[in-house]
Amino acid sequence: MKLTKLFERGEFAITAEVGPPKGFHIDYLIDEINTYLKGRVSAVNVTDNQSSVMRLGSLATCKVLQDQGLISIFQLTCRDRNRIALQSDVLSAALLGIENLLLLTGDHTTLGDNPQAKPVFDLDSVSLLHMVKKLEQGEDLAGNPLEGDPPSFAKGAVVSPCSDSVDVQLIKMEQKVKAGAEYFQTQAVYEPEKFIKFMEKAKEFGVPVMLGIVIPKSAGMAKFMNENIAGISVPDSMIEELKKDKEKTKAGITGVEISARIIRECKDYCQGVHIMAMGWESKIPDILDLAGL
Amino acid sequence: MLITQLKSKEVIAKLIKGKTFIINCHGCKEVYFPEHEADKLQKELSAEGNVIEKITRDYICSTDNLQVQLNKFMDKIQEADTILVFSCGVGVQTLAKSFEDKRVYSGCDTYPLPGFQGLTPQKFDCGQCGECYLNYTGGICPITACSKSLVNGQCGGSKNGKCEVDKNMECGWERIYRKLEKLKKLDILDYPVKIRNYQLPFEELPKDE
Repeated sequence: MKLTKLFERGEFAITAEVGPPKGFHIDYLIDEINTYLKGRVSAVNVTDNQSSVMRLGSLATCKVLQDQGLISIFQLTCRDRNRIALQSDVLSAALLGIENLLLLTGDHTTLGDNPQAKPVFDLDSVSLLHMVKKLEQGEDLAGNPLEGDPPSFAKGAVVSPCSDSVDVQLIKMEQKVKAGAEYFQTQAVYEPEKFIKFMEKAKEFGVPVMLGIVIPKSAGMAKFMNENIAGISVPDSMIEELKKDKEKTKAGITGVEISARIIRECKDYCQGVHIMAMGWESKIPDILDLAGL
Repeated sequence: MLITQLKSKEVIAKLIKGKTFIINCHGCKEVYFPEHEADKLQKELSAEGNVIEKITRDYICSTDNLQVQLNKFMDKIQEADTILVFSCGVGVQTLAKSFEDKRVYSGCDTYPLPGFQGLTPQKFDCGQCGECYLNYTGGICPITACSKSLVNGQCGGSKNGKCEVDKNMECGWERIYRKLEKLKKLDILDYPVKIRNYQLPFEELPKDE
């Protein structure tokens, strides 16, 4: 099922992100997903060599999730494939019954664990959206016709509402909408007031936006993100909150409380929530309960 | 070694709005510059439009050399709305940086031939992509100023205006947006999706006659 169907029905969509392992054994991942996510989320994103760290492929993992009766979102970046491989993988996704895509530029190769790799970036997030739209219209990027019925997807994209240059992000968001983006998942939000202000402008594009949540695991993680991760800024008051009761934070209770609070404050302004648990998938049900979802 | 080729008259005519100052660079002997065609085109532009000066200099890719060479033309340059440069991509970028407040446009596309580029290379770099983007990007090259050579805007990897690849490197697209904002030309970015043609420049290199 396409994620866009939910938005059309006016439902508040919930998605969670999982990262495939550095290896090909995913029994534990399937167990976690079946235990904590099945029945609680509308769909599961599978990352594409997240942070440029080489891992099991997104497409194959999506197929395994689909076989488990879950709806998957195939994340596809431009870092590792040229336009021929990107188009081919999108067609492969259609063959495997995957109907949801999240189309990204991708982190630079030098950030990952194979920093010597050639950064491809033949296309970027905008031209990748355009490429999928062309495939849906029955032709490839060069204009050559596809055989048979063309594929059809819910085409997603990302945006950073709390970026230090949010004006630039909005320009890019508009380019993505024009190129065919049908829904957005955002970078992690820790400042609801910034998100709400962002949504005042973003809602004019008329495309559903899903609030991004990264569960804060510790004060150290928050500080690390502030210094190193683009588009994320954790306020000092929240870092203090994580510091206050170390045991509570370590048990994940503080992170759950903060995540649920952000969702509660933002949910009236957006069309869904996207939780990036980074290994803390087990906390997702608590967050959703506490957020009243 | 590189080759510069004139952009079409239609493209150039659209760029030159208001008073226009034309600079040709006949610097490197390693560059093939279409001297006669450029001269003919510039005469036509002068006859039709508002070209207030047309000069030919050499090695404008050297910032210091450029300053010395342009000294006596400063009044006219200040008066101009547009500076139209016929040089390789390095020369255009040197001009764009030296005259931050002016619309600096390239009259040429730059193609590589195996060898090296520029005799006085500065921090500006021309990727010799064969489809010069400088007219869309405020004279800042997205191919060389962006780590990912993106042509459809900034990625999500910019933090405090710096690139995710190197905290000491400014985000090329942040620079492009701020420059266009300053020039009140942000609307220039509302272009259809751009897709690079890697068949260039070899597909369209001037052929022997």
